[in-house]
Amino acid sequence: MIVRILGEGQFHVGGEEAAKLTVLDKDLDAAVSAADEPAFATALGVAVTLVRAVGTPVADDEFVTADYILPFTDATVAEVRKLLADGTIPGDSIGLP
Amino acid sequence: MSVMKRVSLIFRAKADKALDRMEDPRETLDYSYKQQVEMLTRVRRGVADVATSRKRVELQMNSLQKDLTKRENQARNALGVGREDLARAALQQKGQLQQQLDDLQGQYSSLQEQEEKLTMASQRLDTKVQAFRTRKETIKATYTAAEAQTRINEAFSGISEEMGDVGLAIQRAEDKTAQMQARAGAIDELLASGALEDHVGGPGSQDYIQAELDRIGGGNDIESELARMKGELESGAPKQIEADGSANGSASGSGSASDDVPAPVAEKPQAGDGL
Repeated sequence: MIVRILGEGQFHVGGEEAAKLTVLDKDLDAAVSAADEPAFATALGVAVTLVRAVGTPVADDEFVTADYILPFTDATVAEVRKLLADGTIPGDSIGLP
Repeated sequence: MSVMKRVSLIFRAKADKALDRMEDPRETLDYSYKQQVEMLTRVRRGVADVATSRKRVELQMNSLQKDLTKRENQARNALGVGREDLARAALQQKGQLQQQLDDLQGQYSSLQEQEEKLTMASQRLDTKVQAFRTRKETIKATYTAAEAQTRINEAFSGISEEMGDVGLAIQRAEDKTAQMQARAGAIDELLASGALEDHVGGPGSQDYIQAELDRIGGGNDIESELARMKGELESGAPKQIEADGSANGSASGSGSASDDVPAPVAEKPQAGDGL
């Protein structure tokens, strides 16, 4: 699968690691729900480290969309909540008028 | 649902919405490319803005560091003249300056980090945009409009996600920079008004420690000058006579004490002449 780390780009990640990410994603979700910053930072750190370690960067001329997108490595719960809530992505100018 | 999945869906929804609005897919490629180039300009400007903020914080840090050194010297000088109260006040102010400096150091690191991240984002987008340009021309040249649709969708969605990523990165940097600028502005004002110095200092004086040290310093000079003058006055009168006497004595050789003044002097030259 393709995983993007915001601010770092996309990576190809194998099935086994993808399964690990899915587990970590539950931790992330729980942390966001509970507004538990330390737990969120920990889970995010583990996920990012995993993707960096096992992932292969997607080639520059490869145009694909990610199955998973990890927040910025120093993101806060509040930031992620805001993104999830209003779905506002600056650079929306990518869309057409 | 999961966080990572939801974020990816948000990104994809944006691209899908844009794709739905397309009428001529090939024109969309050109339009998208134009926007990518604009985004590149924006991210480069973002890098420059963050760098400017970082330099401003750096200047403030230098200024604070200078003040800090000044306070330390004041404390030392104050102790030198036995004014522990002044030394204490100077050190208190030094402590406050140190806090400000630590705070600025944190801001500086944060800005530096943003600058690095944005620079990387700029490079990544640059590479991706160049690849997109090639892809766009290939699609236009190779495929019929119908065939092109799928390829365009892929390329467009892929680059959309990249643009969304970079757009978020720029916004974060802008937010951080705005925060820093507000704080930096406040510190500039503090530095300019001398409020940082006044904070612990006495009322009505920008730097009462220095004023006090100057006063003591000036006072000491006066005291020591007075002491010197008094000393001169006390031993001054005999000295002056002695000086006159010795002047005569030197003219007349080794004057024999100061018992009588004119008579022996008159005798001795004669004796000396005789020798």
